[in-house]
Amino acid sequence: MDKQLQRILPRVQKPARYVGGEVGQVVKRAEDVRIRLGLCFPDTYEIAMSNLGLHILYGVFNEMDYVWCERVFAPWGDMAAEMRGANIPLYGLESGDSAGEFDMLGFSLGYEMAYTTVLDMLDQMGLPIRSADRTGLAPLVFAGGSAAYNPEPMADFIDLFVLGEGEEVGPELIALYDQAKSDGRTKAQFLRQAAGIPGVYVPRLYDVSYHPDGMIAGITPQSGAPERVSKRIVADLDKSHFPVAGIVPSTEIVHDRVVLEVFRGCIRGCRFCQAGYTCRPMREKAAAALIEQGIAALGNTGYQEITLSSLSTSDYSDLGALCDGLLDWCASRHISLSLPSLRADNFSMEIMERVQKVRKSGLTFAPEAGSQRLRDVINKNVTEEALLESLQVAFAGGWSGVKLYFMLGLPTESDEDVIAIAELVQKVQWTWKKHAVNKNRGLRLTVSTSCFVPKPHTAFQWEAQDTMEEYSRKVAILREHIPRGISYNWHEPETSFIEAALSRGDRRLGTVIEAAWRSGARLDAWSDYFSFDRWMAVFADCGIDPAFYARSRGGGEVLPWSHLDVGVSEEFLRRERAAAYAESLTPDCRSDCAACGANLMAKGGVCNA
Amino acid sequence: MPRHRLRFAKTGKAVYLSHLDLMRTMQRAFLRTGVTIRHTEGFNPHAYISVALPLSVGVESRCELLDFERLDGPSLDRLPELLTAQLPEGIEVISAYEAETKVKDIAWLSIAGTLEYDAQPNTAELAQRLTAFFAQPELSVKKRTKKKEETELNIAPLLRQITFVPDGDHKIKLEAVVAAQNPPLGPGLLLDAISQKAPDLAPDFTVFSRLEAYDREMRVFL
Repeated sequence: MDKQLQRILPRVQKPARYVGGEVGQVVKRAEDVRIRLGLCFPDTYEIAMSNLGLHILYGVFNEMDYVWCERVFAPWGDMAAEMRGANIPLYGLESGDSAGEFDMLGFSLGYEMAYTTVLDMLDQMGLPIRSADRTGLAPLVFAGGSAAYNPEPMADFIDLFVLGEGEEVGPELIALYDQAKSDGRTKAQFLRQAAGIPGVYVPRLYDVSYHPDGMIAGITPQSGAPERVSKRIVADLDKSHFPVAGIVPSTEIVHDRVVLEVFRGCIRGCRFCQAGYTCRPMREKAAAALIEQGIAALGNTGYQEITLSSLSTSDYSDLGALCDGLLDWCASRHISLSLPSLRADNFSMEIMERVQKVRKSGLTFAPEAGSQRLRDVINKNVTEEALLESLQVAFAGGWSGVKLYFMLGLPTESDEDVIAIAELVQKVQWTWKKHAVNKNRGLRLTVSTSCFVPKPHTAFQWEAQDTMEEYSRKVAILREHIPRGISYNWHEPETSFIEAALSRGDRRLGTVIEAAWRSGARLDAWSDYFSFDRWMAVFADCGIDPAFYARSRGGGEVLPWSHLDVGVSEEFLRRERAAAYAESLTPDCRSDCAACGANLMAKGGVCNA
Repeated sequence: MPRHRLRFAKTGKAVYLSHLDLMRTMQRAFLRTGVTIRHTEGFNPHAYISVALPLSVGVESRCELLDFERLDGPSLDRLPELLTAQLPEGIEVISAYEAETKVKDIAWLSIAGTLEYDAQPNTAELAQRLTAFFAQPELSVKKRTKKKEETELNIAPLLRQITFVPDGDHKIKLEAVVAAQNPPLGPGLLLDAISQKAPDLAPDFTVFSRLEAYDREMRVFL
């Protein structure tokens, strides 16, 4: 190990995060591979290692014999400062080699507040942060992930974006790069070629022009780049890579367990939910394959917990059989099975009872809105009756901890809708009083509200975000009405305001993101580091008003992401928006296909709804 | 009394694992090898394993001891190889055997260390002064208790033997036999003594290693 690093590590918090060496990591000999790739996650080790996508791509890329894929994560502030002080560049955890010297660097963009960390990591690698200033082919900086569905704010920094699932397009991109490297092609030549791979978006090949009022006039492809770039999906999940012998962290991470992804996509169609639209079409994995993979992963990792992951696990067609199959193996081995993302219905409660016979964890539900009217607006197919019935079963079955999540600032929300949250909470209290088997333990009911952020590619992509003052006013109303004995947590609106600007931003925000980073922003998702005043100051310095991006967008406006296609048609989103204002429900995809268009993502059509 | 014991080394990258990290890592390694070990009873059973004399983060050791009870699965003699293959870089299981002693009978530890002085190429005089410093019949060091109160501890009786030898430019090699417990005299306390009582002898960087455990009669503890 590097002598300087050895001196630094004893001084920083949790140094085990910075040394690698875990069971399951892939170590190759540098001279045996042609491509060194850094899988970069712009957050700390604990967050990065909890990301299933990272483990999947790590496995997929390392299966390629000419590629060595390593992990590169953001150090916490103390370590970042020590590394800068000692001139140690950011390195791959597996080799300890400087990541700036790798061939390719792939960033995972899970959320907007990670953008400044991407710049910081590039800088810590000793690289120019702007794509235009990195003139050579290596290192090629690419990015993917859910925030990449509107990559425009990061367009100045990233050479190319990959839209959608990376398992297939990733290797295609690496193969093309390998070819370009051996043929001695320039970065410009390579990027023009890469733009021909479906799912690859090269921002520099698109010219964006603006109207005098600041709105986008047009987005024009150059050099033969496609008019629209469509996201990629994996058509058959049963055949896609699942890391059954992935890296087992030696130090504690956030989700320290086997994560078994049961399906991608969602049949529910909540109108605010970006993942619900962008992950379509619905594709399920077979229960038999899942049971086999889950057991293999538990055996290989030694984890004592397994969790089923998806956007709405109750909607997995074969949930009973899957749970039984896993429980058969887990029960005698003291391994617990957890089921997040359950819907508030009786079927789900029945499954919960089966899974958690002894130890009862807390229950979490997200009605999102307090009134039935507003729940209909957002198409959150949950009725008050169903929620209270589920809770009745839960309280009668011995549960006493419930968390309820709501959003404030949803389109069409009135003060009555806000007060309806308090009324719903009151009914939950009454339900508990009437049905709890063990009242001595008391009801532990937590209510949380977050601030609605309109997201690209959703039915609400044209909506305005509430101002921070309006959100705070609604929080005050709710606090006034919420019953005694309930703990109420609300998110501060400042982060959501910045998030909203970045989320629906265009490429002009690159200057703002750079200025924020230059004035010290990094790890903005952490309240330890986020500074609202710093963001507002740099917006002002750059002459850009964040409220411009939080405003309501006209139906005919060119949206910054309008050349990017996630599978659901714009026409469908417009229909959904109209239905929202009509307070009209769209049935779930299993009951009735709403013709979103995502089934056309694969040849011959694919959708398991 | 626990029936089985592992002796393992914790060096290299593994020195940065905390005691809790180590316990979790060991528990998972047992599961991966297919060795069944005794668990606690109750709603949330966990493996009955204990590591003697928790090591500070950053300190390496060649003589860590882990007590457990093997119930089923691969035999004891196969465990060093099987477990080492399932452990992170830097942890090596050296032996697995029936335990005939109790960890509370560990009295002394031999340790080695390197003290680095960035500004002083010639360390001969420093080594002499350090030897003289630790030869004092009484050496009280301020330390904080678990309740964050400050107390004084005379470390002289906890130090059975200590030598300082120059080890090339800028470096001094330390070898010592120190009390293992009740109370222990760890590298941290040795350095505290220097920085509190003879700050001009304080090194810029140190590396410590635990080499062997002994009982009261200075027999190697197994």
